[in-house]
Amino acid sequence: MTVELKRINEIIDCYSAERMHALAILQDIQREYNFLPREALEQTAQRLGVPEGEIYRLATFFKSFSLHPKGKYVCKVCLGTACHVLGGPRILESLERELGIEAGETTPDGMFSLEAVRCLGACALGPVVVINEEPYAHTTPDRAVKLVRRLAASEDEAEAGPADEMPSIQSAADSSSASRSA
Amino acid sequence: MPELKSVEELEPLRDHLQRDLKVSAKSSTRITVGMGTCGISAGAREVMRVIREELRERDIEARMSTVGCMGMCSREPLVDIQQGDGPRVAYGNVKPDMVPRIIEEHLMNGQVVDDWVVGRVTTRCEDIPFYDKQQRQVMRNCGMIDPESIEEYIASGGYQALAKALTTMTPREIISEIKASGLRGRGGAGFPTGRKWESTLEAEGDVRYVVANGDEGDPGAFMNRSLMEGDPHAIIEGMIIGAYAIGANEGFIYVRDEYPLAVKNLSLALEQAREYGLLGENILGVPFDLDIRIVRGAGAFVCGESSALMQSIEGKVGEPRPKHYHATERGLWDQPTALNNVETWANVPLIINNGAEWFASSGTEDSKGTKTFCLAGQITNTGYVEVPMGITLREIVYDIGGGVPGDGAFKAIQTGGPSGGCIPADKLDLAVDYDSLLEAGSMMGSGGMIVMDNHTCMVDVARYFVDFLKDESCGKCSPCREGIRRMLKILTRITEGDADMADLDLLEELAKTVQNASLCGLGKSAPNPVLSTLRYFRDEYEAHIKDKTCPAGVCRALIEYYIHPEACTGCGLCSRDCPQDAISGERKEPHAIDQELCIKCGICHDVCRFDAVGVR
Repeated sequence: MTVELKRINEIIDCYSAERMHALAILQDIQREYNFLPREALEQTAQRLGVPEGEIYRLATFFKSFSLHPKGKYVCKVCLGTACHVLGGPRILESLERELGIEAGETTPDGMFSLEAVRCLGACALGPVVVINEEPYAHTTPDRAVKLVRRLAASEDEAEAGPADEMPSIQSAADSSSASRSA
Repeated sequence: MPELKSVEELEPLRDHLQRDLKVSAKSSTRITVGMGTCGISAGAREVMRVIREELRERDIEARMSTVGCMGMCSREPLVDIQQGDGPRVAYGNVKPDMVPRIIEEHLMNGQVVDDWVVGRVTTRCEDIPFYDKQQRQVMRNCGMIDPESIEEYIASGGYQALAKALTTMTPREIISEIKASGLRGRGGAGFPTGRKWESTLEAEGDVRYVVANGDEGDPGAFMNRSLMEGDPHAIIEGMIIGAYAIGANEGFIYVRDEYPLAVKNLSLALEQAREYGLLGENILGVPFDLDIRIVRGAGAFVCGESSALMQSIEGKVGEPRPKHYHATERGLWDQPTALNNVETWANVPLIINNGAEWFASSGTEDSKGTKTFCLAGQITNTGYVEVPMGITLREIVYDIGGGVPGDGAFKAIQTGGPSGGCIPADKLDLAVDYDSLLEAGSMMGSGGMIVMDNHTCMVDVARYFVDFLKDESCGKCSPCREGIRRMLKILTRITEGDADMADLDLLEELAKTVQNASLCGLGKSAPNPVLSTLRYFRDEYEAHIKDKTCPAGVCRALIEYYIHPEACTGCGLCSRDCPQDAISGERKEPHAIDQELCIKCGICHDVCRFDAVGVR
């Protein structure tokens, strides 16, 4: 992936170049690139007048940042207390087996990233799996695996053409929950 | 959109909006879909789409609107239909294929589809048993008004408290009212809010700040999310009143990154408040300026701790600071700061509107008012509830929650998240207030309640929380960083059947050290899940250590899956789905599991339709 400094500067310019905006800037960069490229960290440090080490520290302290590119589909398996009690860990394991990767990793084809997250706040409908910000309630290991297989199949089919829209149980890809405004 | 230039303009606007809403309600049909995160997870978007389609196809005029969480999460997706000014008929667990019948029978033939009705809602929800013991104050608007509409908030009496505070009360009077109400922090620690504001007002500083903590990091809690999604203006109104009282001109709402819908609704609400002149310069014509900004968290549990949260707002790593000074004296950028949970802020307009006495009339001696909780885990009616302080756990679990579903037996209720503890069945008559819960070895916390039944292993639960805290410990102080890791080692040994009784003493000693020596509140409370399970469920620890068994059938090293030959029909489903090929047998003959190959993933148990796979 090529990182254009121009784009990074545009993101930084949405804020005043003050340290207090460092988190918001990193979040926007992460949304743009799906991870935090090294060049972006360096540029942010320079523009904010903060040592690079400090920005790196932020990037590694907070869990929503990644220093490595994430997959096209980011599968988050909730391991909050309610989901834990209702069988969340077994869903994570079955996805690890299905995708051949461990939590925190991305498939070699760059298609799927698997993450274990601590509570997505939909405890009443656990176990919950979220794929690219689309939540799925009352998941079972079996249903989670089928969901991932369906996504993989739709990718294979769409190889000829672009597949921007994600097939979903709830379809109607309303982007409202994926808002990036703050 | 009219900018309100004076307090006097608010009341006519409210009356005007109320009239407007009434007129449009009388003459039309309103279909409301619950679109909180719970509703969306359960498939509300698809339901909404199908309703729109049906209405278009049948050429029916109806106003569609979305609301936040009504609290009955187990019945999501929820669709309400209100015709004219009649009651709102609430349909629960609505699936897309149920929509045509509802539209046809209810809207076209005037026949309510009783089979799917959860209840009827007038101004309150008395008709639904789930709400019988609830007292919806903070949640009054959640699920009732469109959170994206400031007009609906104003029409329901919103921003009247602000008008009252700005025109008829001095900052000192506001603070005394809050003090007199007995309101305590809803984030869990329960510090008296009025006192906090008073210290902030009196502290020396150039500028002052108000901060709302919406970083609901406790796993198993979603009250703050539901409130931020469902009634963002109530939080903002409370913050404006608080800022006026302490003399702050800048405010921040810190929301966790996992709550995109809360961020969206709050951002919109702030924008609307600015357009109406409720934020900005000379608010409602009074010489008082305030702006509020949202700061998104980035996935760190420790940032729910006040000093870590403020570090994070400053753009630093979210590590707690030693509390030589309180935030009220030196908070954000070392200036006096009033930091409260979003639920605390949402209580403020209620107190200003109705008076301290009204607020203090519910609750107990030392815990006034109501508290929102969320019920999750092994409980029939999962949801978001609000009850007066002092209600018993039994009433919450059984009368509101409907008890444990299926054949499970209640074992424990976990409150207070990773800082709290597990309360056993014989303590169910405990009154829910700050002090009783502390005494029982747990804490109020922000309000998560997870019910556990006999299929839950309490050692595994303790291990779960310690594992969570191991990841979330910021690492600044060694008692928390190292102590938690060591506790996890011991707990892991216990769940794997490799521990001896001396380990229990060591575990207890370590827990007490972490409790005493950690820097921040999170470290000090980190051992609570261990200590409370040791206190109430010691027998389960001993079963793991002495008998090498897990009574709940959870800890993998101590259990095995087996097939009942009498129940097995030989359908072959389990052997087909077994990832290890550990199950063999002839078709239509009982199958068997090869224990050497079995990894105890439990898939056979899930897929078996004849209950032929057991755990021992």
